[in-house]
Order: sequence, then structure tokens, then C-alpha cells
Amino acid sequence: MTDTAATERRGTWKVKAGLAEMLKGGVIMDVVTPDQARIAEDAGAVAVMALERVPADIRKEGGVARMSDPGLVSGIIDAVTIPVMAKCRIGHFVEAQILESLGVDYIDESEVLTPADEEHHINKHPFKVPFVCGCRDLGEALRRIAEGAAMIRTKGEAGTGNVVEAVRHMRAVSGAIRRLHGIGPEELVMEAKRIGAPADLLEETARLGRLPVVNFAAGGIATPADAALMMQLGCDGIFVGSGIFKAENPSARAKAIVAATTYFDRPDILADASRSLGEAMRGLEIGAIPKEELLAGRGW
Amino acid sequence: MSPKRRRFGVLALQGDFREHLAALRACEVEGVPVRLASELEAVDGLILPGGESTTMIRLMEPALDAAIRRRAHAGMPVLGTCAGMILMASLVEDGRPDQQPLDLMDITVRRNAYGRQVDSFEATVDVPLLGGPGPAVFIRAPRVTTHGDSVEVLAELGSEPVALRQGNRVALAFHPELTSDRRWHQYVLSLDGEKR
Repeated sequence: MTDTAATERRGTWKVKAGLAEMLKGGVIMDVVTPDQARIAEDAGAVAVMALERVPADIRKEGGVARMSDPGLVSGIIDAVTIPVMAKCRIGHFVEAQILESLGVDYIDESEVLTPADEEHHINKHPFKVPFVCGCRDLGEALRRIAEGAAMIRTKGEAGTGNVVEAVRHMRAVSGAIRRLHGIGPEELVMEAKRIGAPADLLEETARLGRLPVVNFAAGGIATPADAALMMQLGCDGIFVGSGIFKAENPSARAKAIVAATTYFDRPDILADASRSLGEAMRGLEIGAIPKEELLAGRGW
Repeated sequence: MSPKRRRFGVLALQGDFREHLAALRACEVEGVPVRLASELEAVDGLILPGGESTTMIRLMEPALDAAIRRRAHAGMPVLGTCAGMILMASLVEDGRPDQQPLDLMDITVRRNAYGRQVDSFEATVDVPLLGGPGPAVFIRAPRVTTHGDSVEVLAELGSEPVALRQGNRVALAFHPELTSDRRWHQYVLSLDGEKR
């Protein structure tokens, strides 16, 4: 390979955003052990998110939530052949450097962990590893892309098993994109100012009629029907956090959510996939959570 | 009779099938997403896209698996990119025993053989058959470790085969669909079809 090494370009935008394209139509599952990672891979996950605690436990136990132990991340990398993602705290670029050196395939700069910087997200451009970031609306999505995120997900409200916030965020993004249709150049600049987004990225979004990068749904998805709902609302794929391994029968539920994400527009197949899965995770009413404990408000 | 196929399928279980459908549109051919065996009947050729091969194999219903094998061996043109190449192999070296590829070509592949995502890369690949070099995006790409005598190497990177053909079946380790180079799609569209 030495004769071509000079012409091989690594860590380019095409390569970073390209991996997200390959994950489309798939399910990315939170796992806390190598065994769970293997169950997820067996069930058809396109990638796993290596974590010490799933969001439901972070929520319950409190304290500062940080990047996972590198030993755990490496153990999960060794256990599966599908891509492995891991989370770092918002703004904590050193955690990101460490995760990159471990060889993770994607970094989630995540509001599920306790933020390390209350003003700035990580400048993600210098990294060779791609990043995914959460958003609640179009402005937030485009700010993250401006910082170098090669993939976007809704924030939803992680660890609740309640899909309502993910629906709110997905509708906010797609509604804002729809309203760009037919808008004039001078109006586009003012809209960019209003939503706090770079005008060039907003212009590209208007031209494409969708975000310039892949957009997954995350935060509260617990059933095959939840996954299909988000797909029908126009997302490109699904993150499931606590929803699988906090359920009664994780393997069966994981397989069913994978099937539901592929056949999201076939109610007959969804009905079959949803049959006899045992109990879903218990779940939380968003209104019952104290405001300061909501995760989606983290990030700016 | 036009050598061009009129309707071309793209396996749409998971992965970047949207980009392949767009590439077909750019070639002025109707692209059809294929998830079920019944949907394969309506197409004259098939593209196996990039994505996660373990996921696609897990999701493929047995009837679709059987129909693809039968029609490909009868001469249906097939293009596989990255994960699609893995699906076309006769053997996956680090594959799972419970997940068999479609065995459409006499090639053995190793998954993720170029390394993890930080090792993914863009390169320029020379393709004499298509009239010269073109852009190629390798994302956690597979490597072809051995291939049979009836398999023709269409392009190499370094000294490694990255594009191969056997009959009407073409397997690429990279993703032309992520670039604006439509020559691979046009090439596969120009292949003779099966006798139906």
C-alpha cells in the first residue's frame, strides 16, 4: 500500500458523513457490557453506544456523569464487528481526544452526560473521528454541523421511555425545513439570524429540503411502534438507549425494533414485530420530572 | 432492444440505498426499493448498497435470499458496494457462522480489513475499463483476500483488488454512490440481462 498511501485522504468530511449514511435505516443501541454488545449485534444493530450507565440509571443515580472507562469501551470494541460509538461530555474535547485514540468509530457529544462547558461545544473539525450531536430544533442542528458534527440526532428526553420529546424535536426540525420552501435569499438571511444558524448551512438545507447530514431519532424510544413513528416522521434511523436493556426481554425487543425500523411503513409487519415482547421499560411522564433534571436543555 | 435496464432494484433493508436510487435517477433509470421477495420480481437488476452486512443478512427474509441467488445465477446484473460486496462473497473470513453471505461471486472477503473508522479514506482509483481514474470512498471497507479464476479484477488500489466482476455481477470495496462518478452504475446498467 506504500505507493498509494500519499493519495489516501483520511478523516475527510465525506468519510465522516459517509459512515452516517451507511447507518441509515438502522438501530444504534446503548450497551454497558460486552455481552450486551453481542446481544445487540445478534439482533441486527448497525452500531452500539458503549456506556457505563444507560440514561435511565444516570437519571436515577444522579452525580456527575462522565465519559466511560476506556477499559469498558475497549472491551466492547473487541466484542463486536459493527461500529462502536461512545459519549463524551459537551465541550470536553479531551474526553473526545481519548475516545478517538481508543479507536471508537463515532463520538456522541451528549447532553446525557454532565456538560463540561456551559458556553461552547467541541470544535469537531480537527478530529479524524466523526461526531454526532443532539438537537431540539433546526438552529441547534445547524450550529452543531457548523462546529463539525457529521450526524445529528434529536435530543428527545433520554432515559424516560417516553417518545413525546423526540417527536417534538423531530417535528420542530422538519417543520422549520418545510417553511424554508420558496423563501427568498434576503428572507433566508433573516431566518438564519432568527434561529441562530449559519446562513450558508441554512441555504444548503433549503436547497436539499433536508438537513445536510443524516438525522436520527433519539431519546425515549421504547417500542417497535415508537421506532416506526419516528421513521414515518422522516428521521433516517433510530437510537435506543435504556429502552432495550431496561425491558423484560432485551433480545426479542431489540430484534423487533430493528424490524420495525426497516418495515416502518408496513403496519402488518409492525403488528407481528410487536407481539409478545414482554413488558417495555416502565417510563416516566415528562411533566413529573423536576425541570432542573431535564437533559434536553443542556447544550446551546 | 435497448441494452439499458428499465427498472433496477436497490436492496432497501438498511444502508445508503437512497444514494443508489439517486444515482439510478441520474442515469435516467427507474430505481425500485426492494425489501421483500415480491418486490424483486418487478426489477431487471439489483444493487446491494453500503451499510452493515450483519444487519442486512439478519433482516433478509429467506424467500428474498433465495430469489436473489436464483436470479443472479441466471444472469441478473448485480452491483454490490462495500457491505454489498460482503453479501456477494462466497465466504466472509471473520463472518458469523449463523450469517451466510449470498454466495454470488467466487471471492473471499475480510470485513473492516482497512481498520476502524479513523482509517477510512478517500482515494483515486484507476479503472482502465471505464476510461480512467475515478474517486473512491472507502468506509470501514472490506478486503478481498482470495478470488477464483473466473473472477476478473477491474481495479486495484496498490496491489489489492477493489473492483471485481464475475459474469454480470460486479463487486466494489468502495462507494461510487457517495461521489458524482456515475460510470459504475452506467456500466452495470449496460450489462446484458438474464433470459426471462
